[in-house]
Amino acid sequence: MSAHALGRGPAPLRALRRPLGAVAGAWLALVVLAAVFAPVLSPYGYDIQALKEAYQPPSAAHWLGTDEFGRDLLTRLIFGARTSLSVSATAIAVSVFCGMVLGAAAAWFGGWFDRAVTVVVDLTWSFPEILIALILVAIIGPGTLGTMIAISVAYLAQFTRLTRAQILTLKGETFIEAARSLGASDGHILFRHLLPNALAPVLVSAMLATGDAIILEATLGFFGLGAQPPVPSWGGMMSAGSALVFKAPWVILFPGLTVAITVVAINLYGDALIAALDIRSRLRRAA
Amino acid sequence: MFSYLVRRVLMLVPVFLAVSVVIFSILHFIPGDPIDNLLKPGSSPTARAEMEVRYGLDRPLPVQYGIWLSKVVQGDLGTAIVARRPVADLIAQSLPHSLRLGGLALLFSTAVGVGLGITAALNRDRWPDRAVMGGVLMGSTLPSFWLGLILMLVFSVWLGWFPVSGARGWQSLVLPVLTIGLGGTALVARVTRVSMIEAAERDFVLLLHAKGLSPLRIQLRHVLRHALMPVVTILALRIGWILGGAVTVEVVFARPGLGTLLIKSLSQHDYPVVQACLLMLAMAVMLGTLLGDILQALMDPRVRAALA
Repeated sequence: MSAHALGRGPAPLRALRRPLGAVAGAWLALVVLAAVFAPVLSPYGYDIQALKEAYQPPSAAHWLGTDEFGRDLLTRLIFGARTSLSVSATAIAVSVFCGMVLGAAAAWFGGWFDRAVTVVVDLTWSFPEILIALILVAIIGPGTLGTMIAISVAYLAQFTRLTRAQILTLKGETFIEAARSLGASDGHILFRHLLPNALAPVLVSAMLATGDAIILEATLGFFGLGAQPPVPSWGGMMSAGSALVFKAPWVILFPGLTVAITVVAINLYGDALIAALDIRSRLRRAA
Repeated sequence: MFSYLVRRVLMLVPVFLAVSVVIFSILHFIPGDPIDNLLKPGSSPTARAEMEVRYGLDRPLPVQYGIWLSKVVQGDLGTAIVARRPVADLIAQSLPHSLRLGGLALLFSTAVGVGLGITAALNRDRWPDRAVMGGVLMGSTLPSFWLGLILMLVFSVWLGWFPVSGARGWQSLVLPVLTIGLGGTALVARVTRVSMIEAAERDFVLLLHAKGLSPLRIQLRHVLRHALMPVVTILALRIGWILGGAVTVEVVFARPGLGTLLIKSLSQHDYPVVQACLLMLAMAVMLGTLLGDILQALMDPRVRAALA
C-alpha cells in the first residue's frame, strides 16, 4: 500500500485519526499526564493515613473512597500509575534493547551463536510469563527492582525472536543486495538498513507487550511481590484481595478497572498504529 | 513417527536439566534465611551449624545440586521447612485440585472458544464477529485475579449463588473455572476465527464451491477440519498458561492447590516447597509442549511425512 493511501504525518499521529485510536490515545495521554503531575493533581498525600476514615465509600471528599488505612483511593491510584507505568515501561524498554541486540546478532552472525540463542529463546518462549516472573522474583526477591528484572526477562524471548525473524527476512531483500553491490560495509548495512527497517514491528509489539507487562506487574503486586508498601502500585492496592470484596469492594474495583481500561487502550492504540504503519503481515509472519 | 517420538522425548532431557539448574539456584540466591526463621532468637552458632548440616546447606553448591537432583528424580522432594512434612505429600495433596481446576478450564475454553470463533468467522465483519472480537479483547486484557474478584463480588456477595472461597462441592469450582476459562476462551476464539478465515481462502474450498456444495456444509465439514489444527496446537501449548492462570485464581478463591502452596511458601521462604511447585509447573509446561508437537504430527500428514 502506498504512503498516500495511509494519509500524511508520522504514524503515531495517523493512528489517532482512527476513532478507536483517538479514544485510546486520549485515555493513555490522561494516565501518563496524571502519573507525571501526580503531586499536583492528587487531592491528598499517598501515605497519609486517617484510621477513623477507613473503608469510606466514594463521596465528595474521597471521590473513589478510602482503603483500610483511610488513605484516599484516587490519590493512590494516581501515584500508583507512576509505579505501574514506570516499572512496566522501563522493564519492556530494557527487554526490547537486549532482545534487539541478541536477535540482530543471532541473525547476523548465524552459525553456532544463532543456534544457541534460538535454543534458549525457544525454551523460555514455551514458559508462561507469570511462571518465569515468579521464578525470578523467587531468586531476586520481591520489590520494584525484582519485578522489573522479572518482566524484562519474561519478555526477552519475544523481542529476540521478532528481531531475528525481521532481520532474516530483510537480509534477502533486493535493496540489501543493491546496497551491498554499491560497496556498503557490513556495519553500514546492519545499522543503517536492516535495524531501522526492523524497528517498526518491534516497537509496536513492545507497546502491546507493555500492556501485558502492566497486567504482570499488577499480578505480582497483588501477590505482595511487587513494589513494597507504602509505595502504591495498582496491583499492590488490590493485594488485600477477597477479604475486601465484602467490606469495601471499591478498593478492588477501581484499581482493576484502571488496569483493564489502560491495557485495552494500549491494545486499541497499538492496533491503530499497526494499521497506520501497514505492518500487520510482517508481525503475523514472525509470530 | 516412532523415531520422531523418541527424539522428541529425549529433547526434553536437556530442557529438564536447564530448568532444574535454574530452579535449584533459587535456594542459593533467595534473600531471607529459612534457618533464621526456624531457630529461636538467641540460639547458639552450634545449633545453627547443626541445622545447616541437617538440611545439607553446608556442602558445596554443585554437590548440593547433584544430591537434590538425584533425590528429585526418585520422587523425594525434600522436607518442607515450615510444615516439617515431606514436600511430596504437600504436592500430592494440592496437585489434584490444580489439575481438576485446570482441566475443567481447558474444557470450558475449548468448547466456548471454538464455538465463538466459528460464529465470528461465519459472520465475518458483521455484528456477531465484532461482538466476539470485542469480547476477545476484553477477555485477554482483564487481569485474571481481578476478574475473579469481580465475579466473586457479583455472584457470591451480591447474588449469593456460589460460595466465596474454599473447595467444597462443584459450586465452589464454577467461578474459578470461569475466571481461568475466559482468558483461554478469548485466545481459542481468536485463533479459530483467523484460521477459519485463512482456510476458507484456499483453493480446495473454491473447488468445493464449484462442485456445488452448500456454503454452510463447506464451512463446517471441510474448512473447520482444516482450521482446527492450529487450535489444537495452541491449546496444548497453552496448558502451561492455564496452570499459570490457576496459580493466580487459586490464591484469589483461597483454593488448596499448587498456586496457593507456591505463593504461601514464597512468603514463608520455604524453598524446598517453592522449588517443588515451580518444578511441577515447569514440567506441566514441558509435557504440554510435547503433547502439542505430537498432536500436530498425528493430525498433519505433511508434518508426518517430513518426519518419516
